[in-house]
Amino acid sequence: MASLNVRAALLSVSFLILALGIWEMATQPPEAQTGMTEYEMLMGGADQESRVPPPSAVIKLAWAELSDPFYDAGANDKGIGIQLGYSVYRVLTGYLAAMAIALPIGFLIGMSPLMYKALNPYIQVLRPISPLAWMPLALFIIQDSDASAIFVIFICSIWPMLLNTAFGVANVRQDWVNVARTHELGPLRTAITVILPAAAPTILTGMRISIGIAWLVIVAAEMLVGGTGIGYYVWNEWNNLDLASVIFSIVMIGVVGMVLDLALGKAQKMVEYKE
Amino acid sequence: MNKSFLEVDGLSKVYPDGQGGDLTVFEDIRFALEKGEFVCIIGHSGCGKSTILNVLAGLDEASSGNVVMNGKEVKGPGLERGVVFQNYSLLPWKTTLNNIVFAVRARWPKWSKEQVREHSERYLSMVGLDHALNRKPSQLSGGMRQRVSIARAFATQPELLLLDEPFGALDALTRGVIQDELVKIWEETRQTVFMITHDVDEAILLSDRIFLMSNGPNARIAESVKVDIPHPRARATIFQNPAYHKTRDYLVDFLVNRSGSALPEKDGSPKFVEPARGDATAASAATESEAESAARAVNA
Ligand SMILES: Nc1ncnc2c1ncn2[C@@H]1O[C@H](COP(=O)(O)OP(=O)(O)OP(=O)(O)O)[C@@H](O)[C@H]1O
Ligand SMILES: [Mg+2]
Repeated sequence: MASLNVRAALLSVSFLILALGIWEMATQPPEAQTGMTEYEMLMGGADQESRVPPPSAVIKLAWAELSDPFYDAGANDKGIGIQLGYSVYRVLTGYLAAMAIALPIGFLIGMSPLMYKALNPYIQVLRPISPLAWMPLALFIIQDSDASAIFVIFICSIWPMLLNTAFGVANVRQDWVNVARTHELGPLRTAITVILPAAAPTILTGMRISIGIAWLVIVAAEMLVGGTGIGYYVWNEWNNLDLASVIFSIVMIGVVGMVLDLALGKAQKMVEYKE
Repeated sequence: MNKSFLEVDGLSKVYPDGQGGDLTVFEDIRFALEKGEFVCIIGHSGCGKSTILNVLAGLDEASSGNVVMNGKEVKGPGLERGVVFQNYSLLPWKTTLNNIVFAVRARWPKWSKEQVREHSERYLSMVGLDHALNRKPSQLSGGMRQRVSIARAFATQPELLLLDEPFGALDALTRGVIQDELVKIWEETRQTVFMITHDVDEAILLSDRIFLMSNGPNARIAESVKVDIPHPRARATIFQNPAYHKTRDYLVDFLVNRSGSALPEKDGSPKFVEPARGDATAASAATESEAESAARAVNA
């Protein structure tokens, strides 16, 4: 259905143009007035500066930023690529650490009803805690803002992976486990050759949810710890009242989040099977 | 007395009935299988056939009694017993070929890759699936999946093959074709087979003996019916054998009229009957068990 795709693309583009058009109109600076009001004179014209920038200004800025994304001109002036790079690095580090713990423990819980019953109360209490609530404790214990941000990512991405792994493993069809048993596979080989592939789609669903949450949380975490990263960048530009940069980075956060999700979606496709 | 290849002694299965009491699904199941025999077991739904087969496979535990194969007690599943499940139980993320390779590798871990592959392909071609090696189970029809499952079980060359209603979910036409293939493989390999079926004609086509189970609860294997038709058999011509009709009539009569009341010999082993002989065994078995059931009813 190429024609459907083409029509959808055309429609998407026209929606975009429409939205940008409305935005542009709504943010036109008022007609040059004959003179400033008293208030404007007091503000020295600053009022005009702080209104929401039109899309044309944002696009101009985006063009400038994206044509040199990796420049580094001191602590408060780094390219968007560098800032995103810091954030992605923190997310991936925390996420991989969470994976290294969640997958084995999820397996254990899924395979052993005893462990499930023993650990479930803790999981249920820890899971609903907002990851940012851990921040003060992390900062106090770890004494390092960068590692604390990574820890927050770790703690927020561990739960969906852990629970989905446990659920996937516990619900592997008994028939397949019986196939492993009748072929005298040991516990480890059963886990690797039968249970892992059988539970993989569920596990990857958990991993996909986790990466989404981690990317949501990193922005807030970096606003708190400061220094580097896209979250810090947004906050810094807000303090500079540079709204065009704020809007531009919001869009970039969305784009990177989408790329991360697409990557996990691809991986999910790879392990999927039809019964 | 010579020990048989497989000896099943005093098997019973008890479940809680949900009201604080016990429900004995079957009890005192006793039988023996000889090496190379093909035995089918028939009985009404729920009498416990699958449970017995799972106990033989080592996947389920009996409440009492034991199973001895080759002089060794059966405890847990093992490669010397191959199982074909009713729902095929293929691993859906593996291709047809890899489902077989998986089993062959488990059976002979020391074999080389080529050896494993060649062996696997040979068994797939026995069931006519050379053309579907790289397809996933979801891309196969039910009949093709069951063929893969049969090929997997035969490929590991188990000493005892356990088949739980392997053709139950197939249409009559496909079922016939795969029955022929099963006959063919079995003629080639002469493996010992224990199979559950609901289909009287299928049982006669395939078996040397047919076990008849009485209805549950407290089900027993009441009779062991000899199928006196020489191998090789063919679905198309087996009807011409007079023994076929006598055996069939006997089985149908049991299932329709006598399965509620039939009992094994006093020592618990199934009554051995040869309907093809045309002697009075069938009739006398019938009257005898009727008398016994009358007695039971009175006692109860
Ligand atoms: N977990 C259980 N708890 C209680 N009763 C059970 C349980 N599992 C099986 N049963 C009972 O055991 C009996 C035997 O079951 P089984 O599956 O062996 O029967 P079957 O002869 O194979 O029947 P079918 O021909 O329909 O496959 C059934 O009556 C069933 O209700
Ligand atoms: Mg059954």
